[in-house]
Amino acid sequence: MTQLTLGKALNAGLHQAMKSDEKVVIMGEDIGKLGGVFRITDGLLDEFGAARVIDTPLAESGIVGTAVGLAYRGYRPVVEIQFDGFVYPAFDQIVSQVAKLHYRTQGRVKMPITIRIPWAGGIGAAEHHSESPEAYFVHTAGVRVITVSNPQDAYRCLQQAIASDDPVIFFEPKRLYHHKGDVDLDAPLADAPPMGLARVVRAGTDATIITYGAMVSTALDAASAAEDEGLSLEVIDLRSISPVDYDTVAASVRRTGRVVVAHEASREAGVAAEVIASVTERCFEYLESAPLRVTGHDVPYPPAKLEKFHLPDLDRILDAVDRVLDRPNSLTGAES
Amino acid sequence: MSSQTTPITDPAQDLSLAERLVAPDGRRLSNPELDPFVADIDPARLRELHRDMVILRRLDTEGVALQRQGQLGLWAPCNGQEAAQIGTARALDPIDFVFPSYRETGVLYARGAQPGDFVRVWRGEEGAPFDPQQLRVAPLQIIIGAQTLHAVGYAMGIKHEKAREVAVTYFGDGATSQGDVNEAMVFAASYQAPVVFVCQNNHWAISEPVAVQSQFPISGRAPGFGIPSMRVDGNDVLACMAAMRWALAHARDGKGPAFIEAVTYRMGPHTTSDDPTRYRDPEELDSWKSRDPIARVEAYLRGLGEIDDEQIAAAHADADAAAREMRAECLGMVTRKPLAVFDEVYAEPHSGIDRQRDEYAAYLSTFEEA
Repeated sequence: MTQLTLGKALNAGLHQAMKSDEKVVIMGEDIGKLGGVFRITDGLLDEFGAARVIDTPLAESGIVGTAVGLAYRGYRPVVEIQFDGFVYPAFDQIVSQVAKLHYRTQGRVKMPITIRIPWAGGIGAAEHHSESPEAYFVHTAGVRVITVSNPQDAYRCLQQAIASDDPVIFFEPKRLYHHKGDVDLDAPLADAPPMGLARVVRAGTDATIITYGAMVSTALDAASAAEDEGLSLEVIDLRSISPVDYDTVAASVRRTGRVVVAHEASREAGVAAEVIASVTERCFEYLESAPLRVTGHDVPYPPAKLEKFHLPDLDRILDAVDRVLDRPNSLTGAES
Repeated sequence: MSSQTTPITDPAQDLSLAERLVAPDGRRLSNPELDPFVADIDPARLRELHRDMVILRRLDTEGVALQRQGQLGLWAPCNGQEAAQIGTARALDPIDFVFPSYRETGVLYARGAQPGDFVRVWRGEEGAPFDPQQLRVAPLQIIIGAQTLHAVGYAMGIKHEKAREVAVTYFGDGATSQGDVNEAMVFAASYQAPVVFVCQNNHWAISEPVAVQSQFPISGRAPGFGIPSMRVDGNDVLACMAAMRWALAHARDGKGPAFIEAVTYRMGPHTTSDDPTRYRDPEELDSWKSRDPIARVEAYLRGLGEIDDEQIAAAHADADAAAREMRAECLGMVTRKPLAVFDEVYAEPHSGIDRQRDEYAAYLSTFEEA
């Protein structure tokens, strides 16, 4: 095991993917000499050269559109979108081209493109630098959507995304880029669990918190705090939000009967809405209370000084836990 | 001091800046720049180009007829653009890869598409009518200009491998307003990618005349991106072939991208759903009839004494046969089974789509006889 930050683990994953398949090329803004604004591609230019580590013009549709052309020619492009809020100019190429070409051609054209997106808030960034646009892509048939929450998953899932013959939107929680964790750099990819599997991060019996990305850490903190009050909370990291591993999710819900789904993205038609609808369809008779969402508000991402009022935190998650457990909560007023 | 850098022309009508080898009346014009590129084109080869264009027009007419008879959902006619499509596509090497829009029936034909390939998409049977890797043509692209970026990316791959291949993309005058087309030119120039941009300026983007897209000749834009360009008479099949050979040689020789504006005219509607009488001056249409691309090469060949009525009749007979074959293929198409709607959404197993397929299969099975 090696101690790596999540950012370094992604760098190691990219390095490994480029080493094992010469058809892997990476492209994006400032990814060459600079190593990316978050240094995720640091050192790759020196090792693999400018033909495979491509600094692109500042045009996101152009980056993804040319990646499509490279995929036509048998390459596995890995695209870096510099920030979450910059993906929208590429939206048409992702939704109308990347996601559809395999289907349109009945599988004769593959689109093994990985689109990496430094993602979500909590770092006090400028406007358009803290967004959670994942639901747009979850709603798009033809792409897979993967999130990571720790260095080990970052290292493994990024390599799996690149090796996948399907296009993958790969969300990297930028507020965890500097968080450290153990990474097994030598574990063969072939032996690893599929990237689509959810993981029970913490086992519990009273309620299930379902989440992904940086919110996994928040949920774990909430579960630790709840333990002090005698509550046993299960925490599930979905990892893949399209498709969702409902086998793992439903097994947990059948055990606990109570569900909270948490994410930073806003609420309306979001991932939590879909997860709760699907869980309800599958596990209705096991539910002891109405599942709840804890999400960002349905507002444009607020200015940095206000983001702490937008992002779900430990206390908001615990308040929702209190609600699904019929304990005193923000809607019932203080404990009498 | 004037800020004007390129002469403003009337983009709707002006052909004075377009390169030309055969005048509308069939006279051969000398053009020192283009002549060397078609020095090998003898009368026999010209007759083949003529035959190609006659067949293409007939296929196009059949496409419209099939739509009117309810056999196709839609058809995008290309009549009037035969020279621009045949002249350029016949200049390609078999190894080159084409990224077309949706009106390039002639390009598909020249690449060897089978009769059913012309109608499969418009009938609504499939998303792509042929195997792109085999025909070396990407599926028809309806999102305006999106395919130009794909061509540039493909060409970046060619360059990376140092292969002597060229990626070619076709698009219209309307597409030149799209961000993607402009981004494609930026990327192509930055990486000096072996890609040829073929803009068929057919003067109309549905109801919008080309002047809404551009107040300069469109070919004048490419040099601003660092891409050499040529404006060619798009109804002159010989000039189109010469210009394309120039552009292909430029790209193949490692000199980077090239751009061709083929000035032509969409004689028909945008699609079978369109009614151009609402927005188009009949006199304009008439003026372009006199520049008909097939009549022009026929007049040239007749002037040379290299085509006779019998040969022309034979070309039309071949065209009728091709149209019959296309119609037969169209009427014989068998729609895929209901569960095919789930096929190939993903390349690898996907729990979400698998579950939906199973549920729908169970639902369908309730209609089966016990």
